[in-house]
Amino acid sequence: MNNLKKDFPILENKNIAYLDSGATTQKPKQVIEAIKKFYETSNANPHRGAYGLSIEATEIYESTRTKIAKFINAKHREEIIFSKNATESLNLIAYSYGMNNLKKDDEVVISIMEHHSNLVPWQKVTKVTNSKLKYMYINENYELSDEEIENKITDRTKIVGITHISNVLGTINNVKKIIEYAHKKGAIVIVDASQSIPHMKIDVQDLDADFLVFSGHKMLAPLGVGVLYGKKELLEKMTPFIMGGDMIEYVYEQDTTFAELPNKFEAGTQNVEGVVGLGAAIDYIESIGYDKIQEIEKEVVSYAKQELSKLDYLTLYMTSNEDKHSSVISFNINGVHPHDVASILDSVGVCVRSGNHCAQPLMRFLGIDSTCRASFYLYNTKEDVDSLVNGLNKAYEMFKKYIKNKCQ
Amino acid sequence: MEDLNNVYNELIMEHSMNSYNKKKLENADFSEIGHNPNCGDEITLELKLNGDIIEDMAFSGHGCAISQASTSIMIDTLKGKTIEEAKDIINTFIEMVKREITDDEQLKKLEDAIAFKNISNMPARVKCALLAWHTIEDMLNKKDNVGKGSIDSCH
Repeated sequence: MNNLKKDFPILENKNIAYLDSGATTQKPKQVIEAIKKFYETSNANPHRGAYGLSIEATEIYESTRTKIAKFINAKHREEIIFSKNATESLNLIAYSYGMNNLKKDDEVVISIMEHHSNLVPWQKVTKVTNSKLKYMYINENYELSDEEIENKITDRTKIVGITHISNVLGTINNVKKIIEYAHKKGAIVIVDASQSIPHMKIDVQDLDADFLVFSGHKMLAPLGVGVLYGKKELLEKMTPFIMGGDMIEYVYEQDTTFAELPNKFEAGTQNVEGVVGLGAAIDYIESIGYDKIQEIEKEVVSYAKQELSKLDYLTLYMTSNEDKHSSVISFNINGVHPHDVASILDSVGVCVRSGNHCAQPLMRFLGIDSTCRASFYLYNTKEDVDSLVNGLNKAYEMFKKYIKNKCQ
Repeated sequence: MEDLNNVYNELIMEHSMNSYNKKKLENADFSEIGHNPNCGDEITLELKLNGDIIEDMAFSGHGCAISQASTSIMIDTLKGKTIEEAKDIINTFIEMVKREITDDEQLKKLEDAIAFKNISNMPARVKCALLAWHTIEDMLNKKDNVGKGSIDSCH
């Protein structure tokens, strides 16, 4: 019995097995309450007003920045930039760092398991700068081998983009090792931690990541707030991405000087309620502790793997190496399209994602069009897994007499 | 549950998994690709005309049971119709799925395609049912523009 479920009003209000936390997590009442309280007691535009309320809003906003810096062990609080989500953070890096630092014949290396958000911006930037985009491919165990990493990251590599955990396969990449190797070759490394930070402790100094990004909404915070971490010396040299209010120093008719970090990258009124919610989400995660979160997830995900492996009509897309697999399980009922499976699961109250998961190049590499994906988080239980298995059996029963020599 | 069985009924399942319309046409006059980028479903429709009459149609590609069955059943319904009749049927189907037409009498002309009436109860799947119908709509609109330089002909 998982008693954390009671913290999540939507899971109390709806009789569902929510298995789509890889897309977005549900929100605990502590986060919802914090946002409500902010609007009831502290709302004003930070950085703008000389009056008490604005100063209070500023303090809440800026103290959350400090909280996040501590949470991921950043050396300086101004290394934390608020954004809309991981996608915006990655675009900021691509435009403000990539566009200005890549030259003809330089190489950007990413993995085939990147989300489109860490892929499409690099296509754009490499095309404009005449540099090259190269891919590290996975082996038959859905992992990046050391040989592949060392073959692709070379002296020509200037930027490496790597997801910490694949949103499709659940593979945990050894980012520390990739960063170490890339640094030896003189490249900087961007880590997409969107799928990892909800589940494991992130220490940017220990990883020695040059940039690291994540979305708040995948870690219990509201939609629409994300974070960019960057090493101060890199961020200081970068040009602003979005121009406007609060990111300037002096503005003349024809020229502008820009504000210091972090304001330089935070133009316009920010998503303060999102930041407040993110702060509350971090408090919640810390109050439970990553050890406990991993204990809960390990029990539920191991059970899921065990039960799903028993279904002989199912193909699972994940590494057999337990230590390198997180809490995402992609699967297909052989011969049945994932959208049909997802609709049938929906009819029994099981929420899974189906489709290409914003990873079309990975799907093409695997030779499939799409998968179903069940992704787990701290509120999930073995009962949720049982509901999934029951739903899958039902889907298979409905389809089996029509499946004729179709294999995927 | 009732909705689910209404949607995944015998007719739709048969057409989706084992369609006789899924093949290549020998001498197609027109070909059009339809794509749902969000889900990856992709079909290629082929059309052969005899004067003003749809003589033959076929499809290839991949997608979910709903999109595949909708494509196959659409082909059964439209084959042998004139282009004007086909356009009327296409509009009627689209309006049925959007619940703008609910009168069974008006829906008769859809023949077997009336099987998709209940797809409106599954909003997430409406776009799957509509893929083929929007694709043929585009194809016929382009056909009307023959000579204006915007046609994807097979020849």
